Amino acid sequence: MYLDAAEHFVRAPQWTWYILFYFFFAGLAGGSYVLATLLRLVGGPRDEPAARLGFYVSLPATLICPILLTADLGTSWTRFWHMLVDVTPGDTGLNFKYWSPMSVGVWALLFFGFFVAVSALDTWLRDRGRPGGILGATVGRAFNIVGAIFGLFIASYTGVLLSVSNQPVWSDTWALGGLFLASGLSGAAAAITLLVRYRPDAAFSLERLRVADAYFSILELALLVAFFVTVAVAGTAGRILPWLPLWIIALIGIGASMMGIRQPTRVHASGQSAAIAPVATEATVVSILVLIAVLAMRAAVIFSAQ
Amino acid sequence: MASAIKPGESYGFFTDTSICIGCKACEVACKEWNQLEGNEPAFLADSYDNTGRLDDQNWRHVKFIDDVPAQTVDAGDGKAWLMMSDVCKHCKHASCMEVCPTGAIIRTEFDTVFIQQDVCNGCRNCVAACPYSVIAINQKTGTAHKCTLCYDRLQGGLQPACAKACPTQSIQFGPLAELQKAADVRLEALHSQGITQAELYGRDDAVYGGLNAFFLLMDKPEKYGLPNAANAGLPSRNDFGGYIGALVTGVLGVVAGIVAFRRRGAS
Repeated sequence: MYLDAAEHFVRAPQWTWYILFYFFFAGLAGGSYVLATLLRLVGGPRDEPAARLGFYVSLPATLICPILLTADLGTSWTRFWHMLVDVTPGDTGLNFKYWSPMSVGVWALLFFGFFVAVSALDTWLRDRGRPGGILGATVGRAFNIVGAIFGLFIASYTGVLLSVSNQPVWSDTWALGGLFLASGLSGAAAAITLLVRYRPDAAFSLERLRVADAYFSILELALLVAFFVTVAVAGTAGRILPWLPLWIIALIGIGASMMGIRQPTRVHASGQSAAIAPVATEATVVSILVLIAVLAMRAAVIFSAQ
Repeated sequence: MASAIKPGESYGFFTDTSICIGCKACEVACKEWNQLEGNEPAFLADSYDNTGRLDDQNWRHVKFIDDVPAQTVDAGDGKAWLMMSDVCKHCKHASCMEVCPTGAIIRTEFDTVFIQQDVCNGCRNCVAACPYSVIAINQKTGTAHKCTLCYDRLQGGLQPACAKACPTQSIQFGPLAELQKAADVRLEALHSQGITQAELYGRDDAVYGGLNAFFLLMDKPEKYGLPNAANAGLPSRNDFGGYIGALVTGVLGVVAGIVAFRRRGAS
């Protein structure tokens, strides 16, 4: 149920910088794992280096998430584990509320962390000359698919979490979950693209990553329009206007990314870093713009309600 | 309230704003009993209210709403000032309790909503959810605080401090069923006196399944900063739409990735 001319008398939760960066890294972590899985499953053998890059990216991006979440608890940070275990005297047990995205998200992050860690180790072993890694080809692919499902959830649930509240803007729209996911996928493509310079054999996939990024950005733009429309219908659009500069930055990133459809990066891997140099500058600029846009969009959403 | 306080029965407040005189005895009694230090004194320059809001230090807050007609010499039928001793509503369907991921927010044996301080970890999900701006984080403890409906006093057979201190009986405490009957009688009396704008808020289940701390208001709920029935939605109302939006995006995103990454001839 979305409300026409919604009235809000709620207090802002002061979810600010830690949460902003958590949303950013959760999007990158989930998005990178999904892209890495897709590159491995539907791409050719020459997309494997980029896939490995994706699995590597998801590891630090995931590791920083619980650190940010714990830091956000402030004085009570030692009780971070209360998210998982109900310590109510006489009623102890595991906490899981399927209707509370925060509760589901904590568990999802835990399981996703397992998939990310195993996949990173698996990738590292493959890079060390063990072709099947630790999981082997078939099991490994199945493992990646399950991990990617968690990745999709991690990249998107943060938006749903905001909506499942009574805050203005956040609770006035259904679009945030999808918006954060599309943005996370786009940001992940940009992050992998940026890191190709450190792994030249992944340059073969640059063009495909750029095209994928463009598709994700089209999706993101559609969801951004849906977000604006739903918030306007609810009568809370006035709260998002003060953050116009951030929205413009987000739109610049989306626009830069969408250019990838018309002007694909023409790279053919030669195994030499010099081969990607001509396109590296353009790809780097676009990727940085996209990553800044991913952060700006989340900042605009978070601060609009607070 | 003459009868003994018994676990297993529903208790609450009936706050009759038509007889609130804005003395703030409830605020003082609440702070005294619950040992709330209070915020740093501040001059808010907003009528006679320098408390400002409900938060971790103010579990009762007397709102002073300037409703003086601009050009009139009429008595105003009690509308010159709208005064209301605000408090946690102890909702039957509590938004805070719904979203709390730690299980810290529970319903007590007196059917009130209570935050267990040793379980709460300060995630602030309840702050984002409470539609009445009741809950706030205590910076010293790092946990969420709000009115407990004097849980410790109830366990000792005592009525809450605010109700005990209220000199006009604007705040009445008792078994919910008795309070509801008293509210119905009072509303009928006001209506019979021609004060037709008087209405009960939270008496029935139109707002969050009913409020254990409900009110008799002298104007529309919005005037008091209370969401009306049309705006009183639980956070979980957005689960379905949010997840469906994410699911559709996920499917489209994966399809887009497949189209972009699929093997293409000799490329």
